Amino acid sequence: MMKKLVVIGAGMASGRMLEHLTGWNVTLFNAEPRGNYNRLMLSPVLSGEKTYEEIITHDADWYAARGIDCRFGEPVVRIDRVNKTVYSNLGGAPYDALVIATGSAPFIIPVPGHQLPGVVTYRDLEDTHAMIAAAKPGSTAVVIGGGLLGLEAAAGMAARGAEVTVIHLMGHLMERQLDPSAGYLLQKDLERRGIRIHCKGATKAILGKDRVEAVLLEDGTVYPADLVCMAVGIRPETRIATDAHLEVERGIVVDAQMRSSDPAIFALGECVQFDKQLFGLVAPLYDQAKVLAAVLNGEEAAFAPVQTATKLKVTGVDLFSAGDFAEGPGREDIVFRDPGRGVYKRLILEGDRLLGAVLYGDTADGSWFFDLIKQGTDITDLRETMIFGPGFGGAKADPLAAVAALPPEAEICGCNGVCKGTIVQAVTGGAHTLDAVRALTKASASCGTCTGLVEKVMAVTLGGAFTANANPPMCKCTDHTHEEVRRLIKAQVLQSIPAVMQELGWKSHGGCASCRPALNYYLLADWPLDYCDDRQSRFVNERNHANIQKDGTYSVVPRMWGGVTTPDELRAIADAADRYNVPMVKVTGGQRIDLLGVKKEDLPAIWSDLNAAGMVSGHAYSKGLRTVKTCVGSAFCRFGTQDSTGLGIKLEKLLWGSWTPAKVKLGVSGCPRNCAEATCKDIGVICVDSGYQISVAGAAGLEVKETELLISVPTEDEAMEVIAAFTQLYRENSRYLHRIYKWVAKVGLDWCKDQMEDLENRRALYDRFMLSQSVYQKDPWAELAQRPEDWAPLKTLALEAAE
Amino acid sequence: MNAVTETWVEVGALCDIPRQGARVVKTAAGCIAVFRTDADEVFALNDRCPHKGGPLSEGIVHGTSVTCPLHAWVFDLNSGMAQGADVGHVATYPARIEAGRVYLGLRP
Ligand code: SRM
Ligand SMILES: Cc1cc2nc3c(=O)[nH]c(=O)nc-3n(C[C@H](O)[C@H](O)[C@H](O)COP(=O)(O)OP(=O)(O)OC[C@H]3O[C@@H](n4cnc5c(N)ncnc54)[C@H](O)[C@@H]3O)c2cc1C
Ligand code: SF4
Ligand code: FES
Repeated sequence: MMKKLVVIGAGMASGRMLEHLTGWNVTLFNAEPRGNYNRLMLSPVLSGEKTYEEIITHDADWYAARGIDCRFGEPVVRIDRVNKTVYSNLGGAPYDALVIATGSAPFIIPVPGHQLPGVVTYRDLEDTHAMIAAAKPGSTAVVIGGGLLGLEAAAGMAARGAEVTVIHLMGHLMERQLDPSAGYLLQKDLERRGIRIHCKGATKAILGKDRVEAVLLEDGTVYPADLVCMAVGIRPETRIATDAHLEVERGIVVDAQMRSSDPAIFALGECVQFDKQLFGLVAPLYDQAKVLAAVLNGEEAAFAPVQTATKLKVTGVDLFSAGDFAEGPGREDIVFRDPGRGVYKRLILEGDRLLGAVLYGDTADGSWFFDLIKQGTDITDLRETMIFGPGFGGAKADPLAAVAALPPEAEICGCNGVCKGTIVQAVTGGAHTLDAVRALTKASASCGTCTGLVEKVMAVTLGGAFTANANPPMCKCTDHTHEEVRRLIKAQVLQSIPAVMQELGWKSHGGCASCRPALNYYLLADWPLDYCDDRQSRFVNERNHANIQKDGTYSVVPRMWGGVTTPDELRAIADAADRYNVPMVKVTGGQRIDLLGVKKEDLPAIWSDLNAAGMVSGHAYSKGLRTVKTCVGSAFCRFGTQDSTGLGIKLEKLLWGSWTPAKVKLGVSGCPRNCAEATCKDIGVICVDSGYQISVAGAAGLEVKETELLISVPTEDEAMEVIAAFTQLYRENSRYLHRIYKWVAKVGLDWCKDQMEDLENRRALYDRFMLSQSVYQKDPWAELAQRPEDWAPLKTLALEAAE
Repeated sequence: MNAVTETWVEVGALCDIPRQGARVVKTAAGCIAVFRTDADEVFALNDRCPHKGGPLSEGIVHGTSVTCPLHAWVFDLNSGMAQGADVGHVATYPARIEAGRVYLGLRP
């Protein structure tokens, strides 16, 4: 008589095992009311590209031909190991050998509202049907989780006409398989299909009375939803194994023969744990299936996990990732970007071997790379050219590619509103020198920051016949100059650092300490509402909102508006100096008080004390507004013509918190005797009887330079508007780390004057400045002091070794 | 590094270290900077720049390199070697992630 095999779960793994099995009398239980089908293909069913019938792998005839007793729609609830019998609610089935293949259960975040009707997961045909039913044109759906499954669910529902939003906790999509650059490209492709992507979004609650109506995030955003799909992860379905007291850690523990801690019980698929690993893709599960079938057939076999590769099954999205991105000493990157075609490739090498590969946009070579990874091939000879694939023909990254890829309507010259098409037309019409193009189109005829770009457009149009002026690139990560990068950020609406690096063909992975702070500044200055400041791309002082000292301590400088203080403020400073053992208290050259030598872990506490006394950060460390120096002016001085102290305070209150390309210092003097040294500041105001003389572009540091008159205005209000507008002009146009005097020397004072005299333009600049201030004018410590644990060491290990 | 005498010490959760950032672990032998790259790799280096002692944990992390916050020397996180024209070396420690926790290989 044939021995009895009971199988729990008719999924991908057990289905494959049954195909290889002979000589057993099989009973197959399945919780789903159907037999084996290709679970991977649920996504094409969801999107309407396939029907359920097309994805069935084993039909009734197949089971009948093998005499398999099918118990579908009958979940097993208990395993009786002593009597070797499993039970469903309808009855038992005895076994000689038992196979547990229960797969995984989707993880559900227990936020309020998670039990409302209309909340589904994505695992089986029922989930798929629920999404198909909900995803009608005009309906709304929210997918929580931007991993493989979540994105397939989102794309499927979007293909059926629903308006879909994906909420993802991490900074970029599919962070387990992709690096930020590939994640950015993926996001862009999905957004192009009308899917809204909300990264760094934490779900707070699912809202609704009788069924779901909306999803609320921690940051207060609300997205309406007729259906919510939770795709935040899976965990091995081990409940019946745990109840039967088998050895279970994260999954059911098995050996290389897929045997559990009970020699009569085997397990395979996503529910198992082998050698501390879990398995979430079918390739290794198929290997397990073959091994287990062999073992049950009485043959020798052992399971050894192989590397897996991931592909996202969204029609039209080409994405591939394989191998190892985890830590390891001695690893290197090779990066290739072709912004024109939206292609990104990154290879991860260790010594003479390929460890991992991420491909986006062109995945044709994926299997070749995957093979090199799996075989551990020595790639010494391939190294130079392997990123171009096995059919390498000598193509090299082209520094002009980004410019060539711009559409004709992309704006090249912002001052005169000249787009690429106009320049190309001029060039093909015979304008072969920069001057000729300038004369015809006005491009680069004003502030001149786009000159390099205009030259590149000319070079692309004329081919080898034109050589652009040598202007050094921003850093060794790119061939573009600062000015070009700034213009391209605007022309191509690039709103994140990975977007800039991809679209402009960055040559390094993750940039360097020179370009990252610059990009962060350009993005926050150009897109105040859309860009999210990247703290990790800031120099230490701006990241920690304090000035680092040579011994690693910090200095603390609270604002003292216009150099004016009060006894209460002085007392608060004195108390803080005592409480935190500040080694030196110094009056600075900027009319305020510096507490020097504060320990990093004390920063949150000292600042929350100073905040409580009404003081905010003085940004003595920032590329931003530093100080507004004032003199006593008409309030006390016998020569004072206007209230210079009052204006200085108002200016500091208007401008503080703004980020600028380099530091900005102001001075306001009450009369031409100029006791506030206003004529060597970035922006200086001299009060006179008839009003206010505003002069700019002074310096008193590495270089000493007197300011030059920008404009004279009769009222305080106008002075404030001009100064904010001029600051904005500088913010929008200068390259990073250029003080105002350097920038004005490049663009010309006359151009700046024109900008200020055009009242409409001045007002628009002022409005844009204020818009940015609505986001950035806030005391950094109000937030930072809330999390003192971030400032302390991660861990202090017992110091006994030293004792 | 001598694998025989190392012990793996758990120092905290991966998510407590910012991506492209670092946190410090204090030990009897001085501070160790534990870095996390944008690809979620972890590296551990002595938190003292060989130039003038700058805290490397406060540098900008790019790819698998860090730039010292004081005078911008660049170090490879894998080897601890200074890059480019600068000559110097920082001690490294084995580091790994397991189930979302970070472990350092330290010699007792
Ligand atoms: C604290 C202070 C000196 C003092 O004790 O008075 C100071 C301290 C530093 N200055 Fe200054 N400067 C200070 C007023 C000045 C002044 C005078 C002024 O503002 O009226 C100048 C000349 C005016 C000017 O800026 O044009 C000045 C010109 C510089 C320069 C040269 C800038 C330039 O573009 O030429 C640097 C270097 C730099 O920024 O790259 C600098 C850089 C520095 C740094 C931040 C160096 C650094 O990067 O670590 C110093 C920080 C010391 C520390 O450990 O905290 N400091 N520095 C003054 C703070 C003023 C404040 O309240 O915020
Ligand atoms: C939409 C979707 C797309 C996917 N795309 C890919 C892809 O592109 N590539 C890839 O490699 N992988 C993909 N996967 C993952 C892949 O489907 C799984 O790795 C694979 O199905 C796991 O096989 P399994 O046999 O372990 O479990 P399953 O296929 O889940 O089968 C387990 C079965 O056991 C049943 N069961 C559970 N408990 C009991 C019980 N107590 N009694 C009886 N029956 C029970 C369940 O109902 C289920 O039918 C995808 C998964 C989904 C959901
Ligand atoms: S002049 Fe400024 S930068 Fe130089 S030592 Fe003095 S404080 Fe430091
Ligand atoms: S201390 Fe690190 S570069 Fe000077």
